[in-house]
Amino acid sequence: MNPLVKWFHRFGSPPTFYRWAGRAQPWLRGAALLFGAVGLYFGLVVAPADYLQGESVRILYIHVPSAWMSLFIYLFVAANAFIALVWRIRISEVLSMAAAPVGAMFTAVTLATGSLWGRPTWGTYWQWDARLTSELVLLFLYVGVIALFHAIEDRRRAARAAGLLALVGVVNLPIIHYSVRWWSTLHQGESVKLFGESSMHESMLWPLLMMALATKLWFFASLASRAQLALLEADSDKSWVRDMLQPSVTQAAPA
Amino acid sequence: MSTTPWRAFRAVLRRDVGLGMRRPDDALQPLLFALIVTVLFPFALGADSARLAPIAGGVSWVVALLALLLGMDTVYRSDAEDGSLDQLLISGQPLAMLCAARMLAHWLVVGLPLVLTTPLLAALLGMPANTIVVALVSLALGTGVLVAIGHVCAALAVVAKRSVILVPLLVLPLSVPVLIFGAGAVQATLVGLSATAPLLLLGAGLALAIPLAPIACAAALRLNAG
Repeated sequence: MNPLVKWFHRFGSPPTFYRWAGRAQPWLRGAALLFGAVGLYFGLVVAPADYLQGESVRILYIHVPSAWMSLFIYLFVAANAFIALVWRIRISEVLSMAAAPVGAMFTAVTLATGSLWGRPTWGTYWQWDARLTSELVLLFLYVGVIALFHAIEDRRRAARAAGLLALVGVVNLPIIHYSVRWWSTLHQGESVKLFGESSMHESMLWPLLMMALATKLWFFASLASRAQLALLEADSDKSWVRDMLQPSVTQAAPA
Repeated sequence: MSTTPWRAFRAVLRRDVGLGMRRPDDALQPLLFALIVTVLFPFALGADSARLAPIAGGVSWVVALLALLLGMDTVYRSDAEDGSLDQLLISGQPLAMLCAARMLAHWLVVGLPLVLTTPLLAALLGMPANTIVVALVSLALGTGVLVAIGHVCAALAVVAKRSVILVPLLVLPLSVPVLIFGAGAVQATLVGLSATAPLLLLGAGLALAIPLAPIACAAALRLNAG
C-alpha cells in the first residue's frame, strides 16, 4: 500500500492518534513556551517603542497572533467539519470539536487585548467598526458551534451538526480579513503581507512572527490534549481504552 | 399519478399554509410581539420624536428579526417528534424541495404579515413616509433571508434539547449582515442618501439564500434525523 495512504489510515485510528498525540504534546507545548518566551522578550524588551503609540504598541505581540489564530482555528474547524461530513472520518469530528473552544478563547483574547489597546490609542475601549464587529460576530459563531455541540446527545451527530453550522459561518472569515480594505475603519490596515514586502520594520516583525509560531504550537498542543480526552470519552467502552487505563494482569504494561 | 418534485413542493406548501391559516396564533403572536416591543421604546426613551425618529429604522428591523425568531425552534421539531419528518425523509422526493416549500410557507404565514405591519410600527416611532417605503422593501427582502437562515438553524437543532436560546444563538451571528444592510438602507434614506446599494445587496442575499438554504436545511435534517 502506498505509504502515504497507509499513514493516513493509521493516523485516523483513535488508539494510534491517541498515542501520537500523547508523545507530541509535551514537545509542542515546550516549543510553544520557548518561542513564546523568546518572542515576548524581543517584543516586550528589545523591540523599539512606537514613535506615536509609545510603549502601548507592545500589546501588538499578543493581540495580532491571537487574531491570526482566531481565524486560522476557525478554518481548521471548518476544514475538519467538511472532512467529517463528506467522508465520515471520526478523528476529524473529534478534532473540529476540540479546536472550537481554543478558537473561541483566542477570539476572546483578541477582543480583550484589542479593547485594552484601543483605550490609550483611540481613546475608546470599543468602536462599532467593521473589523471589531466582524471579530465579535466570529466569537458568537464559535459560541454557537460549541452550544450546538453540547445540546445534542449523540456525540457523532452533534459533532457533524455543529460542523455544518461552522461551515455555514465560514463566509464570515473573508469579511473579517478584508473588512479593513472594504470599509473605512478605525482599525489599522494590513501591514504584514504573506507575499511581498511588509511595511513593518524587521525589529518588530520578527518577534511578531515568533509569537505567531508560538501561538500555533500552543494551539496544536492544546488540541492534542483535548482530542485525547475526547477520544477517551467517545471510545470509553472499547478495548483499547480499557487496556490503556487498566492493563490486565496477564499482559505486560504498555510502554 | 406519479409525484414529481414540483407536486411535492406544492403539497407541502399547501399543507403548511393551510395549517398556518387554521392556527392564526402562528402569525399573530410574532405580530403582537413586534407591536409590544415597538411600543416599549417610547416608554424607555421618552416620547420625544426627535429621539425616536432617527432610531425608528433600526428598531423596526431588530423587532422584525426577534419576532421571526420566536417561532423558529418549532418549525421542524413538532414533525420530528410525531414522525412526519421521517416520512418526509423516506418519501423519495428531494428533501431540499420540501424544505424550500416549508420556508416559503413560513414566510407567507409569519414573514409577510410582519412586513405589511411595519408601516404601522414605524409610524408609531415617527418614521417619515418615504423611509417607511424603503423599510417595507428592505424587510420584504430581508425577512426572506432571515426565514431561510432560521430554518437552517432550526434543522441543525432539531434533535437538541429544548432550549429557548439555542436557535436564536445560532441565527443571530448569521443574520448580522442582513441586519446591517437592511437597517443601513433605512438609515441611508433617513439622511437623504440613496438606499439602492444596501437594497441590491439584500436582494443578492435573497438570491443566494433561495437555492442554497434549502440544500443546507436538507443536509442538516438528514444528518440529524436520517
